[in-house]
Order: sequence, then structure tokens, then C-alpha cells
Amino acid sequence: MSFARAITAAMAALLVAAPSLLAGEIPPDERRSGYTFMGPDTRAMQDDDTSNPGMLFVLDGETLWKQKLGAAGKACADCHGDARESMKGVAAHYPAFDKALGRPVTLDQRINLERTQRQQAAPLAYESHDLLALSAYIANQSRGIAITAGDDPELKPFVEKGRELFMQREGQLNLACANCHNDNFDKHLAGSPITQGQPTGYPEYRLEWQTLGSLERRLRSCMTGVRAQAYDYGSPEMVALELYLMSRAHGMTMETPAVRP
Amino acid sequence: MASALINVPRKAKRGDVIEIKALTSHIMETGFRRTAAGDLVPRDIITSFNCRYNGAEVFRADFFPAIAANPFISFFTVAKESGKFEFEWIGDNGFSSTASASIIVE
Amino acid sequence: MAVLRKIMQTTRRDFLGLAGGAAVAGAVPIVTLRPLEATPETLNAAIRNVVGEAAVRSGKVKLDIPPLVENGNTVPMTVSVASPMTADDYVKSIHVFNEKNPQPNIANFYLGPSAGRAQVATRIRLADSQKVVAIARLSDDSFWSVSTDVIVTLAACTEEVN
Repeated sequence: MSFARAITAAMAALLVAAPSLLAGEIPPDERRSGYTFMGPDTRAMQDDDTSNPGMLFVLDGETLWKQKLGAAGKACADCHGDARESMKGVAAHYPAFDKALGRPVTLDQRINLERTQRQQAAPLAYESHDLLALSAYIANQSRGIAITAGDDPELKPFVEKGRELFMQREGQLNLACANCHNDNFDKHLAGSPITQGQPTGYPEYRLEWQTLGSLERRLRSCMTGVRAQAYDYGSPEMVALELYLMSRAHGMTMETPAVRP
Repeated sequence: MASALINVPRKAKRGDVIEIKALTSHIMETGFRRTAAGDLVPRDIITSFNCRYNGAEVFRADFFPAIAANPFISFFTVAKESGKFEFEWIGDNGFSSTASASIIVE
Repeated sequence: MAVLRKIMQTTRRDFLGLAGGAAVAGAVPIVTLRPLEATPETLNAAIRNVVGEAAVRSGKVKLDIPPLVENGNTVPMTVSVASPMTADDYVKSIHVFNEKNPQPNIANFYLGPSAGRAQVATRIRLADSQKVVAIARLSDDSFWSVSTDVIVTLAACTEEVN
């Protein structure tokens, strides 16, 4: 075989082996949860449900799930029954496409849509205790289940937008998410390990916050960290980023509520 | 608001040394932080925790602002008899919270 | 020149004192700030508060803290004392202190023979790399201590409060 043909054959083999990898993306079997970047003490905090502070929020969510409210006087449980059955795998599939709105919505947005449309109650503020508790309770029902977000073909343009935002340099420090989380994970930034940024455990209990918080809160603090103006909660950019990140983590296991430094 | 998560073994043999874990939600505001305007955020912490085993105190703790938010505590006690563990958290601004757990000792 | 050399030889705390003195004299306009950390004096005072005039011996107590902490806001800590925990020989209390937080006390734990094992775990806050000291009081009112150095790095990305 001539040299040129050997090179072409090798390149063809590579392309066939990894058709969907773009430059810089982490190969699927090399993806790791943030759990693997933490020390044993922080992992121990997550492992035991009676010492995981995120579980306090899951318990509150369980109470809220059964609470009748709004002009309709309905509880989530009235339509959705036992969350352990009806919500199994749901959070692993979010952000999901909403046909009526013609765009993806996050789990938090879905909870608020249900509240306003079916319970006829006021929507919950982003990062409010009740919204975090409900989303933690629902996402906890997906713990141990593989992420399936981004599967829907209607989501394709939004995943693309999210990928674009992930790769785009921003802020005074002129850094893209990809610069740290694709290209430099496992190295350290000011003493802390850089993870791959896989959102497998949201909403998560972050020791820095000393409370539970959403993926959007984490993204906003990263953006502030590179001295960029952070996107608003629930903005189309946030939703696209969240969708892209979840689809980037497709197949990884949900861990909500995670504990992270 | 969930007050606490308790971990007490459901069953134990008489004389066993068992581990008890308790986690409760509380902001544990240190009193050393300042708002953006520069005003001091007043202290609001749990100041003490105690555990009674069938009425008798078996463990007590004083907490200071250096205890992390959502305080967690783990301690040991000898399983003497079946009955009830009662937990109490007391803090600033009249804070008071209780929880309990039962144990069968054979 | 002589003044400069003296300043180079002094510690930061002494320098602040010097600067304060100079400000009073009107020579150098420097503002002295109250150090927002427990100094060795306040740490010792806090320990004396518990121990009184009794001697404190090293030993018997063990402090388990990760040497390099992932986040100073929540640091898992386990303190244990080697003791048979019988009716005649047990641990009455354990007191934990720190060196550089705004306040020297962390927690006091009160045990007794019914504890079975003198071991308590909790999560603490550490403002900076510093020493943590644990002192145990035994049933014979003797005091035993251990101290450990912990390194605390700051979180890489600070955030505005949302």
C-alpha cells in the first residue's frame, strides 16, 4: 500500500471511529463526573443520604409535591401521583422541547409552567428555596439513571447554539468554557481542580454557596469569574447552554443532589 | 422546612456502641459578614445541640459561628435499652427545633 | 536608615503597632486596622477559659481534618480521644479551637461514660490556612491536647451574591 493511501485509510478509520467528535471535545468514554475530581471527604458527604445537605431540600420538595395550592387548589401529586413512579427518568431528559412554545424549557421552567397553567398559582422565583426543593426532589427521582437529554431531533438547532456558546470566548479574561473544561480539566486553577463541567448532579449542594443551587447559578458564577456579564436566569442563552451541557453528558448517570466544593 | 435528617440504627444489641448522625438546616450566619452597603449581617446561629436517650442526656454540644451551615454532627452512644432518642437544637433569635428516632435494643 | 532596618526586622503585627504609634505622633498617616483574626493571645485566652490554670499535656487526642481543604466553608472534622470510656475512666468534654478565624472557639462537646466511644464528627469553617487545636478533659480532670495545621485555598471563581 502506498504511503498516501495508508494515510487516507488511517484518516478514514479515525473518522469512522469517532464521527461526532469535533476538535477539543472529550471522547465519550473519557467523560468523568465532577465526583471523581473531589477528595474522599467531600465524596463521603455526597454518598450518605443522612449526611448529604442536599437531601434536606429533597425532603422539602417531597412536602411541596403534596401541597394543594393555587386557584385550582391542586397539588403536583393530584395529577402526577407518586413522584417515585411518575418522575422517574424525567429530569434526565431535561431541558426538553415544549411543543406549544416551540423551544426547549428547563426543568425549573417546566415546574413554573405547571404551576401557572395547571395549579393557577404564581410562578416561583429562580433560585428560590421552593423551586430548588421541587427540582431537587424531581431530579432525585432520576438518580442512577442515564442522561437522555438532547435526543429529540427538534432540539438540534438549540443544542448547536449551546455548543457555540460553550466554545465562544467571553469576558475580560477572554476565556471560553471549552478552554478550561475541555482542554484543561484535571489541571488546577488557584488550588482547585478543574473538572469537565458535567452537570450530572444538579441542583447540587455547593460548599462555596453553603446551600443548594441550580446549574444556571453555577454558569452565572463561572461567567462572572471570567469577568463577563452573565446571562439572565431562564434566558434563551442559558437554556441553550444547559441543553448543550446535558447532551454533552448524554449517557452519564444522574447524581442529584450532588455535593461539590 | 425540613428540620432534620437523623440516622440511628433501627436495631442494636445491648451494649453495642452505635453511631448517631444528625443533620439540620440552618444558615449559621456568622455575624462577621457585611452586605454590599457595608452593614454587618447580624449573627444567627444554632448555639447548642443535645441528645436525650429515654430522657437522659447522652450528648451535648456548644456551637460557635465556625460551625458550617446546615450543621452536621455524629457521635456515639451505648445501646442500653429500647426506646427513643430526642434531639434538640437551640439558637439565636429564639430558634428551637426538635426531632426524634426510635431504637429496638435486644 | 535605622528606622527602615527596624521595620524590616519586625513582624507584620509589630509593624502595624509601629505605624499606629507613628500616626499618633503625626509622622506617617497610616490607619491601623483591628486585625480580624484570632491572635495567639485570644486563642490562648479561649483555652485558659476552659482549662483554667491546669496543665495541658500532648497526647490521647486525635484530629482528623483533610490537610488540604477543598473549600474553607465546609471542612469535615473528626476529633477522637483514646479512652476506655468506662465509669471510672472516660472523657468529660472535648473543646475545639482555631487560630485565625475571627473568633477562637469552634465547638465544645460534652460526653460521659454512656458515650461508648469518644469520637465526634462535624463540619467547620476555616477562614485561612491555620492551626486547629482540640483539648480533651478526662474524668480525672486532666487535660490533653493535639494541634494540626490545615491548608485552606480560596475558591477559584468568586461570584457576586445572586
